[in-house]
Amino acid sequence: MDRNGFLKKSITTLAAAVGAAKVTKAEKQAEIVQQVGFEHLPSLNNKTMNSVLHKANTRGHANHGWLDTNHTFSFAHYYDPERMNFGALRVLNDDFVDGGQGFGRHPHDNMEIISIPLAGDLEHKDSMGNVAVIRQNDVQIMSAGTGVYHSEYNKNPDSKVNFLQIWLFPKERNITPRYDQRTFKPEDRVNKLQQIVSPVKEDNGVWINQDAWFHLGNFKKDFKTDYTINKKGNGVYAFVINGDVTINGQKLNKRDGFGVWDTDKLSIAADSDAEVLLMEVPMN
Amino acid sequence: MNILVIGRHPDIQQTILRLLNNQPGWRAAGALTDEEAVDIFAAQPFDVVLIGGGVDESSEAKLAIEFKHRKPDVKIVRHFGGGSGLLFAEVMEAMKK
Repeated sequence: MDRNGFLKKSITTLAAAVGAAKVTKAEKQAEIVQQVGFEHLPSLNNKTMNSVLHKANTRGHANHGWLDTNHTFSFAHYYDPERMNFGALRVLNDDFVDGGQGFGRHPHDNMEIISIPLAGDLEHKDSMGNVAVIRQNDVQIMSAGTGVYHSEYNKNPDSKVNFLQIWLFPKERNITPRYDQRTFKPEDRVNKLQQIVSPVKEDNGVWINQDAWFHLGNFKKDFKTDYTINKKGNGVYAFVINGDVTINGQKLNKRDGFGVWDTDKLSIAADSDAEVLLMEVPMN
Repeated sequence: MNILVIGRHPDIQQTILRLLNNQPGWRAAGALTDEEAVDIFAAQPFDVVLIGGGVDESSEAKLAIEFKHRKPDVKIVRHFGGGSGLLFAEVMEAMKK
């Protein structure tokens, strides 16, 4: 078939398919175009039916020499069908990069990419012309949209940088690429939750192209608090950066992950001095 | 396994093709336009189609229907990330469904 023939036939075929089945175009499309991930995968090891526990030592691990990384979800050569994503949260990498080393220029598209340095300095350059160094207490976000190139290097030659690399499926595909970074005061998250990511532009935190809210909390031992879901239907994935906490009755330790859905609220208790990242994301 | 990659960004597509073709037993070809995609699909048997960056929903719908009409068992997947650490799992998950 020639190209004009294809286009004409496609329109005719689409119209016939839509009309015959009495379904909308979007419904028809959804039947045949898959999106891998973007649905939670309950684990057999669940403590309850609406939660999933990922202990730190069950994460995928890869040591490339210059890069020592832990993957909460399937990434690169680590593939576990049970560990694909938590709702829109697709990547949670805990990266340790040697001094002066890093990720060379590489592309991305259609992904919301958040970097949170935990120690050290990370230098970022991208094809939008942004050159920046992000440090502890900074949060960086990049909407890859229609496509960007970037590089990330450890700014310091003689000490490691440790950062969380977090990717979310975007709410809207093919948007214009965008970059932002902000510095947050550490004192504003002592025994409270500090919002660092939000889909509301006027809100606290960097803006994200997804119905997602991230909070950091730095809790003293025995501190207790609740987290209320912002959008009905969202789930929350908690990642323990340091210390020990109990969330909805589940005891968690350093670098454990715990996802909860079908709930309006989480109860959080610090069993020691602890630092926690809460990621509220759409589940479908 | 034969994989067709459709995307509008030439450099990103080259990266995706390089990564896919590095996998033993995987062979990937790319198309930047809908018309090119249809021509390539008609000429070769593909198991998986990755629909990547820049392809709007209208094109996606037309292409999906055309490909399914020609080869009902073809897996058609939205690709996210642009040639990243997600590619391998994305293809493996598509083949499971």
